[in-house]
Amino acid sequence: MDEPSSAEQRSLVASPVRVVSARASLRTRLANLIERRELLFSLITSDIRIKYKGSALGLFWSMLSPALTLATYYLVFSVFLKNGIPLFVVYLFAGLIVWNMFQSAVSSATGVIVDRAGLVKKVSFPREILALSNVGASVIYFVIQVVVLAIFLGIIGHAPAWSFLWLLPISFLALYLLTASIAVVMSAITVYLRDVRHLMDVVLQLWFWVSPVVYSYENSIAPALRIRGLTALYFINPMTPIILTFQRIFYVNTTVRSTTTGLPLHILPAWSMTTFAVVNLGLLAFAVVLFLVALVIFGRLEGNFESEL
Amino acid sequence: MTNVIEVEDISKRFTIHHERNQTLKERILHPRSGSSEIFDALSDINFTVEQGETLGIVGHNGSGKSTLLKCICGVLKPTTGQIRLRGNLAALLELGAGFQHELSGRDNVYLYGSMLGFTRKMVDAIFDEVVAFSELEHFIDTPVKFYSSGMYVRLAFAVAVNVNPDILVVDEVLAVGDERFQAKCIDRIRHFQREGRTILLVTHQADTVRAICDRAIVLDHGNMIADGPVTDALRIFRGRLLGDVVDHRPGGTGVVTIDGLTAPSGSFEVRHGGNLHFDATLTCDHAVSGNLVIEVFTRTGLLVSRNDAEAAPVSLRPGANKVGVDLTGVPLLDGVYDINVGLVEPQGATMLAWREKAASLQVLYDGRSSGVVAIELSVTQW
Repeated sequence: MDEPSSAEQRSLVASPVRVVSARASLRTRLANLIERRELLFSLITSDIRIKYKGSALGLFWSMLSPALTLATYYLVFSVFLKNGIPLFVVYLFAGLIVWNMFQSAVSSATGVIVDRAGLVKKVSFPREILALSNVGASVIYFVIQVVVLAIFLGIIGHAPAWSFLWLLPISFLALYLLTASIAVVMSAITVYLRDVRHLMDVVLQLWFWVSPVVYSYENSIAPALRIRGLTALYFINPMTPIILTFQRIFYVNTTVRSTTTGLPLHILPAWSMTTFAVVNLGLLAFAVVLFLVALVIFGRLEGNFESEL
Repeated sequence: MTNVIEVEDISKRFTIHHERNQTLKERILHPRSGSSEIFDALSDINFTVEQGETLGIVGHNGSGKSTLLKCICGVLKPTTGQIRLRGNLAALLELGAGFQHELSGRDNVYLYGSMLGFTRKMVDAIFDEVVAFSELEHFIDTPVKFYSSGMYVRLAFAVAVNVNPDILVVDEVLAVGDERFQAKCIDRIRHFQREGRTILLVTHQADTVRAICDRAIVLDHGNMIADGPVTDALRIFRGRLLGDVVDHRPGGTGVVTIDGLTAPSGSFEVRHGGNLHFDATLTCDHAVSGNLVIEVFTRTGLLVSRNDAEAAPVSLRPGANKVGVDLTGVPLLDGVYDINVGLVEPQGATMLAWREKAASLQVLYDGRSSGVVAIELSVTQW
């Protein structure tokens, strides 16, 4: 048998000490997560590989399917269902990519620890990584969808709001942390209450309709909310400002002329760039705190995983 | 030497649900129903392992040895206490636990490597060795769902031992693969020992511990009852196993003790190829029938021989019994050997009595062959 290089075993006196104990501090949890990022990446890539395993077009499908969706919407809303909003498909898709990322990550992460109990009971790694890998896969599809949208905008010759573009990474980071927080907490809760998985499907549906994705916030519900003083309530949903930011960046126009009646339509809130910046930065700060809280909650819940799985 | 593993006051408590209230409806309707039981899998375990040591953890089923190992690997969190580890650790708790069936062997090597905590670069460096060790050159790009269970386990083992961890943790997985592959695994473990790496081995096979470990700890119902040299620890392990058997017998009357071995000639000395007669004295308080087991070990802990128990039936009367044992044509070479004596039940092979190192056997040999036994050999030149 060929022996590997018989280099003398290094002394471990200077090696860092790892501690296994009942409760790890938040700092250790974060350090462990960062240390095991390679695992996160390999879980994401293996998830994606499995998804497209055996299909002839492979990863190309991840681009083809949003492209076909976009083409379908384009056809439907510009030919059959004319709602008067010009280029409604751009408005719709800008919101939809944000929602898709959130929804696919949360719904897949909710059951991930239960589904991979075999792994959780046999291999040591920070368990949050399982939920985070689902979020990571959604991020990849999100990026692909943004590229598809960019290509589409190029084809139809619609320029995004260049001056607002710098808000995109901030808004995306807030979206990522928000999604990750909910995914991590839900994956742990499902271990104890298996019903949460089914409940989450319903909650997500409801959540979709309280977010301004398929309807225009300013045109459809803002006046009604203002009269009843419920605007603040509507904005409790952290998805709303993110979706509005994406729509502002890609759809650009806050007020358009209706293609059917010729009257002006208010599509998006006429916030200044400063307002958008403040809202997004505030949300990002909130999302950072939420993520840390999610890690703490997960840490509390993970202690009894093995007796529940 | 540096302590690479320090286990401090580790306890692990499990809550066992007898009726699982897992749906929301049940939790709301019967918030307190369903009995649960507290089970202490480990209580106040303390020990340290130095760099380069090979430690065996033995115990019967349910003694908490796997729980302890899982705590050390970080799969389970201890309820109290802490474990400090230096250096990276690869655990073979269940081979191939992290494999994705849809992916090829190649992809799984990388995935499993990253689960064990190694970077892609590190796996790149050892990839060819892993494939060579697992002997799966032709199947490495086949999805592992088409692998046989033996191939599966070989691949997982190959990854874990080739990432060159500072600490290797092995949980009764040496019983995998065919005999040749097992020998290869043992070989690799010995190589690890020569390199001064630390190994933790959990098993209930005393032979494996004797063959590989420098030191052993014995667990019994979550308590550590021994920590020391392998032979001492194994004696305690066997003693406890025996105690259990006696405890659990209906009526609790069957106590058999092996008082000792006596040789009529006065010494346990035999020439190579010669015969030896000795007597075993067994005392019991009621009639028992069982099979006598005689084990012969070298002083280095290698099992030379264990007889077929079914060929040595004995029926004991209450009181002291003398059983004659004849060894014919002893093929051993010069040296001192230890004899262990046991009595097992005819069915199920439960141990009724055991005596470790009941006698020392001295073998005299005039020839020049070395080793444990002599194999007749002649050379013919054509």
